[in-house]
Amino acid sequence: METVLYLAHVQHDGTLPRVALETLTAAGEISKNLSTSFVIGLVGGDLKKAEAQVRGSGASKMFGVQGEEFSHSRYSSDILAVEALVRKANATVILVPATSRFARVLPGAAVRLNGRIDTHVSGIKVTGGKLEIQRWYYRQRLVSTFSRAVRPWFLLVDSGIFPTWEGKGASIPMEILKVDLSDSANKTEVLGFESPSSSTQTIRPDAKLLFVAGAGWTKKQGDGKTHPKEAEAIILGFLSKTQASLGSSKSLVDQSSEGEPVLGFMSHLNQVGQTGSTPRHPKGLSTCCHGEEPHVVGWRFINERRAVNLDPNCGWAQGKTDVLYVADAFQVMTKVNELLNS
Amino acid sequence: MSSGFHIVVCGSLVPDPLQTLEPIQGPQGPALKNEAMLPVILDPWAGHALYEAAHLAKNNSGSKVWLVSLGPKAKLQQLMMTIAQKAPFELVVLDGPASGFVDAFEVAQALASAIEKIPGLDKTKLLLFGGCASASRDAGVTVQMVGERLGISNQFLAVDKLEVQGDGSLKILERIEGGQYQISRCAGAPAVFAWATGNLPEPPNNPQVGMMNMRTIMPALQKAQPVQISTNDISFSNVEVPKQLRKTRVVKDVPVDQIAREIVEWIKG
Repeated sequence: METVLYLAHVQHDGTLPRVALETLTAAGEISKNLSTSFVIGLVGGDLKKAEAQVRGSGASKMFGVQGEEFSHSRYSSDILAVEALVRKANATVILVPATSRFARVLPGAAVRLNGRIDTHVSGIKVTGGKLEIQRWYYRQRLVSTFSRAVRPWFLLVDSGIFPTWEGKGASIPMEILKVDLSDSANKTEVLGFESPSSSTQTIRPDAKLLFVAGAGWTKKQGDGKTHPKEAEAIILGFLSKTQASLGSSKSLVDQSSEGEPVLGFMSHLNQVGQTGSTPRHPKGLSTCCHGEEPHVVGWRFINERRAVNLDPNCGWAQGKTDVLYVADAFQVMTKVNELLNS
Repeated sequence: MSSGFHIVVCGSLVPDPLQTLEPIQGPQGPALKNEAMLPVILDPWAGHALYEAAHLAKNNSGSKVWLVSLGPKAKLQQLMMTIAQKAPFELVVLDGPASGFVDAFEVAQALASAIEKIPGLDKTKLLLFGGCASASRDAGVTVQMVGERLGISNQFLAVDKLEVQGDGSLKILERIEGGQYQISRCAGAPAVFAWATGNLPEPPNNPQVGMMNMRTIMPALQKAQPVQISTNDISFSNVEVPKQLRKTRVVKDVPVDQIAREIVEWIKG
């Protein structure tokens, strides 16, 4: 019989991130389907708020590793916390939210515990008592379903797969584990956080809309000239009014290193596609994009898709977007901004 | 203070992203149709790691860069024809599969074992570099696993910037949620850096660097040891190309005002 451990860390405000609450829902469902209970393991500076968030989840036990030294995202201390929790729970399947903190440390923990790990899990099911997961290969080009024999099996679950757990019901007591750090564990010090060099915060993982800007925004327009400043104003105006998240094709973010006109607020962090991210949003609007990257890889997890493009035969938009508007994005988005203002 | 680093970059080949991929069932598990014939490139994130390594080595005297690659020897030889001109490095070859379907755990085991055997490598100076994920498996776990096997507990994922400070410590910017960076300070080597895109453009080809590299690349390819990587632990139920062809409604010869209204209604809906 499997022993399921749900593992999560708190944020700086002491709460669990949304993806952690989604993974908690997964832990409850999977445990039920495996006819077993599950254990909660939490890591962070102060776990009180998180304790309240996981109330009524159906977990049989709860363990925690807390303290100032575990408040920061750091491999050397996080791996000790994870190791202690997995060993204490005697876990065979560990469900983990896909956060940057756990993405860094869990692979090492899997090695330390002689287990296996799969990331970007986009589906989990139990078939005939056997746990199977779904994940993508070759940057969202091939999808696979498989199971593993080796335990412990760490599963980093992507956001947007399961509904968010809303804590209600009775709480269970938490047993705090003592984890000692050696001096070498303090060789890394977290100094703080910084926004990217772009002037505006344009990446909003929780946004309902992803706006994808392609290289066409900085190409010569009908008058034979480029209009990067005008493009900046239109895009930033749209993002401000809709609170959309901004994605970009690789060719656009690469232009800064190639000496071409650039959009000042755009950085590699905005890039979607093969060497960028594959974000999850309910809707996506692509503008001036003509490649495979934004339409296939970058849009894989966008539910409703629309594109504004001057080429009606764009092979990458055809069959990938729900609606293709054949029009000048400068004109369309200027008008969209006017309508959003009114 | 320049201490000189021993920088080991883990990176291999992936199919050119413009190729259409079709899965088949091979004797060792899932594979790609005509995999041996597909044009390949250096994995994009591993490429960033390699260029950052070369840049760091250039600016810190006494440093040296190794590129440790696991892949079919013949394909690696083709790849080196282009990569060798980009940056100076010494190649270490493991002749084995570069498929996305092989298990990262076993790949990490093979890479760590090869790194341990590099002659003259000083682990106290070791900076282990690699991509934060690959364009094949896209797991984002291999570099951390190699680091753990080498006993390195200072690890950084999705790194965009690494600066050597005056006191020899390292300042690191890692990508985290919401388009933010986490800034950390590490006392020094050994450490692991799984790179995101970094800040450097792809270097231009330099034939002199290529000729210098080729002196060690060809012997490294000739003496490459075969490595067995299995997927025995994994039972694949299916691997398929997603069938998600949408019925695209093409809207053309329509006034801009009308298109804009439709988009706004859709956004608000």
